[in-house]
Amino acid sequence: MNKTYLSYNNIVSSIGFDSLTVVQNIHEGLSGISLIEDENLFPNPFYASVIDSDYLEKAFKKLKPNGEYTRLEQMMVLSLDKIIQASGVALTDRVGLILSTTKGNVDTLDPRNPMPAERAYLGTLGHIIKNYFGFSTEPIVLSNACVSGILAISTAKRFISQGTFDKVFIVGGDIVSNFILSGFNSFQAMSSLPCKPYCKQRSGINIGEVAASILVNKDQDNLPSEAVEILGEASCNDANHISGPSRTGEGLYRSILSAFKEAHVGPGDIDYISAHGTATIFNDEMEAIALNRLGLDAVPLNSLKGYFGHTLGASGLLETIIGMHSLYHNTLYPSKGFTELGVSQPLNIITAPTAKDLNCFLKTASGFGGCNTAAVFKKVQS
Amino acid sequence: MKAQHLKIKEYCRISNNRVLLNDELLLEDLGSDFITFIKLAYKKMDTNYPKFFKMDDLSKLGFLATDILLKTVTQDSEMPKNIALVFSNSASSLQTDRKHQESIVDKENYFPSPAVFVYTLPNICLGEISIKHRLYSENSFFIFNHFNAEYLHDYASSLIKTEKADEVLCGWINCDVDDYEAFLYLVSTEGSIAHNKEEIIKLYTTK
Repeated sequence: MNKTYLSYNNIVSSIGFDSLTVVQNIHEGLSGISLIEDENLFPNPFYASVIDSDYLEKAFKKLKPNGEYTRLEQMMVLSLDKIIQASGVALTDRVGLILSTTKGNVDTLDPRNPMPAERAYLGTLGHIIKNYFGFSTEPIVLSNACVSGILAISTAKRFISQGTFDKVFIVGGDIVSNFILSGFNSFQAMSSLPCKPYCKQRSGINIGEVAASILVNKDQDNLPSEAVEILGEASCNDANHISGPSRTGEGLYRSILSAFKEAHVGPGDIDYISAHGTATIFNDEMEAIALNRLGLDAVPLNSLKGYFGHTLGASGLLETIIGMHSLYHNTLYPSKGFTELGVSQPLNIITAPTAKDLNCFLKTASGFGGCNTAAVFKKVQS
Repeated sequence: MKAQHLKIKEYCRISNNRVLLNDELLLEDLGSDFITFIKLAYKKMDTNYPKFFKMDDLSKLGFLATDILLKTVTQDSEMPKNIALVFSNSASSLQTDRKHQESIVDKENYFPSPAVFVYTLPNICLGEISIKHRLYSENSFFIFNHFNAEYLHDYASSLIKTEKADEVLCGWINCDVDDYEAFLYLVSTEGSIAHNKEEIIKLYTTK
């Protein structure tokens, strides 16, 4: 089977508009989460990671776009533009485009939004991105709840190994909207403070917004220094509950096991785990159980939700990119917000930036609908 | 290679108030609205799953079409089957999104509900199916402007070739303002119809 690599990458977020700046900020312990007071988004002040609108607009205008673009489209275009330019890849019929998003332009459903509600169709979003850059192939939009971002990487690998494409550009994104905030609040899932994944004092999630993009490539030439190989990946359902995680972590356990099988690795080969860690009571506990069932409790682990909040359909992609840079810098980044272990099983939570030789990392995610995804990545040996 | 011999074992269509399994018309109830029709279909197909009534329209539609195809397969099996679910549509969960949006648009009349919000993701339908049929399997939900036989074909082939799934239930489940449509087919190593783009399009367009 073909090998596949994660190559050029970008993050547009509240703590930077390119991967290097974002990673540097994480190293320095900077979080993008702040207290937001905006009644158009939510009746009460709330903690979230929100991109500065003026900064976004200015950056987007530099591209000299024709026509009107929504907030999410601006974020996605900005992110994807950087890696298309950097990679120099021509957008032929051998190059695919995958979008990962849970809600796309859902803000256009609000009658106060100046854009037409038709913009909320995810296929329309796909075509806007396709047409902006002039992709030759039909866009593939993946909307699989909170595993979308990492499943998009699996999907790109699968289409490449099947021969559909030689290269795939992925862009993932979701925005902070009154739609999402009101929904998670109705679930009583929102924290009234900055989130604290795996911590005893954790009390729920913060929502965040990013656009992240990556080039998935079957050739080993023209790779940036932080490139990784996708060794294995899998996605398994809990078959248990549509909004609550399995008590035994069944789907996550099976996903990791299956990803390990394809990757030909075992728990001893994993140097670092970039986990999901939403900071809800049930999610973090479920992950601890699944990881312990697999003997992964001693592997250094973080959740990056303390920097970006939960960025929904982009989170898996965003966190994989940080993982790549973590490997490249041989540095483990702390799980922001964590002070004292608050799950029933042991986990090795990273609490300070730590230099360590890193070769291989595991990325996991879980979401509504009982979905779970795991993927194993390895440094490209130069 | 396993993938070169893949077949379409069975297919099911629910649209225009008709239920078809392979070539056979199982139910027709022209003239009734979606809610009435889907309730009737639930009854006539012996679905017997009370949680069905809590689902949104998209989940009901996908659940019912799947149940018609998989009921006998998963009921008679002691071991959970490794059948992947690869669904697609054009409207995502927009019908339920609009419902949630209505509940938050007016600050004086603000009533968001978790029972509605949870269905504002298209893959919840896959979760409902996985629970009923004990499928600890691959789930993917794609959004395309139109039915895309090529992408579904390649993705399903890849899942079986890489041994991520033994069979793949593929297709199109869509609910929008004026219309609904379900077309699902089971990709397997058994069956009499070749699994290729042309056959998939033929089955999809024969209504």
